[in-house]
Amino acid sequence: MSVVSLQLGQCGNQIGHELFSVISDDSGGPNRKQYKQCSDERFFHETSAGELVARSVLVDMEPKVISRAIAKASKSGRWRYGDGAHFSQKQGSGNNWANGFCVHGPRHEEAVEDLVRMEMERCDRLAGIFTMMSVAGGTGSGVGTYITQRLRDLYPNSFILNQVTWPYEAGEVIVQNYNSVLTLSHLYQLSDAILVHENDTVHKICSRLMNIKHISISDVNKVIAHQLASVLQPAYTADSPCHYSTNPIGELLTSLVCHPEYKLLSLCNIPQMSSTSLAYSVFNWPGLLKHLRQMLIASARMEEGIDWTVSAPLAVTSAGESATNSRHKSFNLSLANLLILRGKDVSTAVTDGFKDPALYVPWLKPENSFSTWTSPVAFNGYEKSATLVSNSQSLLKPLDNIVRKAWNMFASRAYVHQYTKFGISEEDFLDSFTALEQIISSYTHL
Amino acid sequence: MTQSIVVQVGQCGNQVGCRFWDLALREHAHVNQMGIYDEALSSFFRNVDQRGADSTGGKINALKARAVLVDMEEGVLGEILQGPLRSLFSSTQLISDVSGSGNNWAVGHHTYGLAYREQIVDQVRKAAEHCDCLQCFFLIHSMGGGTGSGLGTFVLKLLEDEFPEVYRIVTSVYPTAEDDVITSPYNSVLAMKELTEHADCVLPVDNQSLVDIVGKIQHMSNTGKPGCTIKKDCTIISGQGGVVKVEKPFDAMNNIVANLLLNITSSARFEGSLNMDLNEIAMNLVPFPRLHYLLPSLTPLYTLADVSVPPRRLDQMFSDAFSKEHQLIKADPKHNLYLACALMLRGNVQLSDLRRNIERLKPTLPFVAWNQEGWKTSLCSVPPVCHSHSLLALANNTCVKSTFFELRERFVKLYRRKAHLHHYLGVDGMELAGFSEALSSISALIEEYTHLESPLMPNAPRLTIAT
Repeated sequence: MSVVSLQLGQCGNQIGHELFSVISDDSGGPNRKQYKQCSDERFFHETSAGELVARSVLVDMEPKVISRAIAKASKSGRWRYGDGAHFSQKQGSGNNWANGFCVHGPRHEEAVEDLVRMEMERCDRLAGIFTMMSVAGGTGSGVGTYITQRLRDLYPNSFILNQVTWPYEAGEVIVQNYNSVLTLSHLYQLSDAILVHENDTVHKICSRLMNIKHISISDVNKVIAHQLASVLQPAYTADSPCHYSTNPIGELLTSLVCHPEYKLLSLCNIPQMSSTSLAYSVFNWPGLLKHLRQMLIASARMEEGIDWTVSAPLAVTSAGESATNSRHKSFNLSLANLLILRGKDVSTAVTDGFKDPALYVPWLKPENSFSTWTSPVAFNGYEKSATLVSNSQSLLKPLDNIVRKAWNMFASRAYVHQYTKFGISEEDFLDSFTALEQIISSYTHL
Repeated sequence: MTQSIVVQVGQCGNQVGCRFWDLALREHAHVNQMGIYDEALSSFFRNVDQRGADSTGGKINALKARAVLVDMEEGVLGEILQGPLRSLFSSTQLISDVSGSGNNWAVGHHTYGLAYREQIVDQVRKAAEHCDCLQCFFLIHSMGGGTGSGLGTFVLKLLEDEFPEVYRIVTSVYPTAEDDVITSPYNSVLAMKELTEHADCVLPVDNQSLVDIVGKIQHMSNTGKPGCTIKKDCTIISGQGGVVKVEKPFDAMNNIVANLLLNITSSARFEGSLNMDLNEIAMNLVPFPRLHYLLPSLTPLYTLADVSVPPRRLDQMFSDAFSKEHQLIKADPKHNLYLACALMLRGNVQLSDLRRNIERLKPTLPFVAWNQEGWKTSLCSVPPVCHSHSLLALANNTCVKSTFFELRERFVKLYRRKAHLHHYLGVDGMELAGFSEALSSISALIEEYTHLESPLMPNAPRLTIAT
C-alpha cells in the first residue's frame, strides 16, 4: 500500500527531500530484496523507463526551496520528483498564518487538490496521507492547515498523519508562538495523529551525539529524516507477522491513538552517532532497550543526560490516587507506546520492560497500550536500531511553554493587527487558546 | 521571485540611489559570472533587447533599473544622465523641475505634489507593469530638505493609495543637530507624521553616524598596526569595481546606506538555507502598526588582509552588530527595550554559529516582557563582494524615541517663536493645523514607545479549563 506525501513550506520541503533520500539509500543496502520492493511500492512509483518517482506533492508559496529540492533529487540519480508534481507562487506568506490560511490556501486549493488527486490515483491502494510542515512559519503552518482541512473533507476515510516541526524555543521567527497555537489547535480537529519534532532536541542530538562541529540545517534535517524513515520503512507487525505490513499508518494509529483527545506523538530513536564512531561501536538489544525505557519515563529526548533517578511507581492499585502519589515528580506517564526494532537478532530482543502496567494509564488494558514492530533488515547503516513512538506526557512541557509565551504576547495584543489584516480575528485567537488549554489539561490529568 | 521598485526623491535620495545602483551592479557582476539574466537580477533590473521590449531569461542584453527618480532641480539628475549609469535609466524614468523646493516641505509636498502627481503615478505604474510580481517599494529620501522630505512623503501617500498591497520600506536620512538647513526640524517633523501613517517600515539613518563610521575605517586603514591591515577595496565604504570610476565626496557615506539596502534584499534575491522574504520583515518586526522604525546596524565594516577566519572573529561580528559604533543612527539600544530584532546573515555562516551567538547575546540585551525570544533569523549563502560573510541587524528598539524627542525639541524651539512659519503658510494648501497635527503625531509616537517601557502589569492569568 502506498503513502502519498505532501511537503509544505520551506521546512516541509527540505525535510521531505531528505526523507526520500534516506529511504532510497536504506532500501539500496545489501540483502534486502523484499524490503526494497515493499518500500519502493510504498514511497515511489516506477515509470516505464524504470525510474523511481516519489509519490509526493511539493507546495510552497515561493519557488526557491522547491527548485533546489527537485534539482538535488534529480542529481542523486536514484530517484526523482514527478514532473509537475509541485506547486509554487512568486511571493511567500511572510510568516503570517492568517495570510497562509485565509488568502493563499483558498486561492490555490484547486491546483493543489488536483496534484494530490493525481498522486492518489497512481496508487493501487492508499495507506494514507503523510504531510510534513513546520508550525512557526506562514506557508507550512497556514497553507498546510488549510490543505489538511480540504483533504479531510475530500477524503474522509483516508488516514492523515501530520508530521510537524516545532521551532527553537530561543526564537527563529518572532511570531512563531502565534503561528504554532493557531496551527496546532486547527490540526487537532483534522488530523488523525500529529507526530512532533522539536528543533532544539534535534540540534542537541547533532551536537552532542553526532559530534558535528558546525551544524547546518541539512544536518538537522537528516536526523529528522532518519527518525521518520525508521518509522515508515517496512516492518513486521502484530497484524502481519510474516509479510511486511501493508497498512503501516493504520496500524500506527490503532496502536497509539486510542482516544481522539490524545493525538500528540513523540519520537525517540537510538542509537544516533556519527558515522566515524559507528564503526567502533557494538550494540546489544538489552542495553538499547534499557536506555529507551529510561528515556521514556524520564522524558529524555536523547541518549545523553538521561535522569536515572526517575523510576516507575512500584505498585499500581485499583485506586488511582495511590498510584499518583507514588509517582516521581518527573515521571512520564504514557497512554501507548510503539516500539520498532530493526536489525540483527531482533527476535532475541526482550521488550518486557515496556509492558509494565505502571508506565501506562490505569484505564487502558496493558495489551492495548504496547505494541512492537520488528524487521531483521539493518536500517540506514546501523546494525541495530530502536525507535520508540509514544503517546505520552513528554510533549506537555514544550507545548505549555509555547502557549504561555503566545498568551503573554496576546495579552499585549502585539502583532495582532498583522493577523486581523487577513481575516483572523481576536475571537479566533481565543478559540485556539481554549482548544490548546483543553489539550494541555487532558494530558496533565492523565 | 518578486520584484522591487526603487523610488529616489530629492538630492540626497538620488545620490544614495546612484550608489545603490552602482553597488548592485557590482554585486551581481561578481555573482553572475555567466552573464545570464537570472531571477536574482530581475528583482531590481529589467533585461531589455534592441527594440526596447522586455526579454526574460537568456543572456543579458541591456539592463534597465526598476526605478523612478524624482528631483525638483536639475543638477543631480543631470549628472546622472551624463554619468556612466545613464544607460540604466530611460529618460522617462526621471522626473525633474527647474527651481527646487527651497528647503520648504510645504512647497515639495503641496505645490510640486499637485503639479507632478499624474506624471509620477504614470511612471510608477509603468514600472509596476513591467514586474511579474511586485512586492515592495523602496523609497530613499532625506528628512531635512524640501523635495526629499515634502515630495518624498507625498509620493509615499500616493504609493499607498495606488498600490495598497505592496510594501513600502522607506530609508530616511535624518538631520543631525548641526545640520546646515535651519528649517530642517520643521521639515522633519512634518515628514515624520506621514512616515508614521503611511510607511510599512522605516530605516532611519543619520549623517553623524555615517561620518563616524567612515572616520573609523579610514583611521584603521591609516594606522597600519601589524595584523590590522585592511584590504583596501574591501570596506563597506568602497565603491571599487563598480561602474562609476571617479569617487565623489559623500560617496563613502552613501555607500554604507546602499549596502544596507543590498543586504536587506539579499535573502529574497539569492538562495540560502533559511530564506527571509521582504514581507517577513514587516510581519516580524512591527508589533504595533505605528511602531515601525527599525535601527539598522551593519558588520563587518572591513575585511582584514589576514585571510583565515577563526570562530572568534565570527562571534566578534555578532557582538559588533550590537555595539553603538556600528549603528547607522545615534541611539543607545542596550539601555532601552528591544521589541524585536532580526539578524540577516550572508555568506559562510552555519546554523550552529547563529544559535550559539543568540544564546550568548540574549542575557545582555533587554527584551520586552512579552517577547523575550524576539529573534528573527535568516541565512543567505551568497556573501557580499569582498567579504566572506556579513551581518545586518534590524532592531525595533524604544531608543528611537530619544531621537524623536530631540527632533521635537528643535521643532518646538522654532515653532514657539513662529520663526520661518510664513514661508510655509504662504504656500497654497498648507495651514497652521498641519503643524499642530504633526507635533501631536510625533508626541503620540514618543508616548507609545515610552508606554511599552513601563513595567507591565503581571502576566494575564491563563485560561483555565473546568474539570
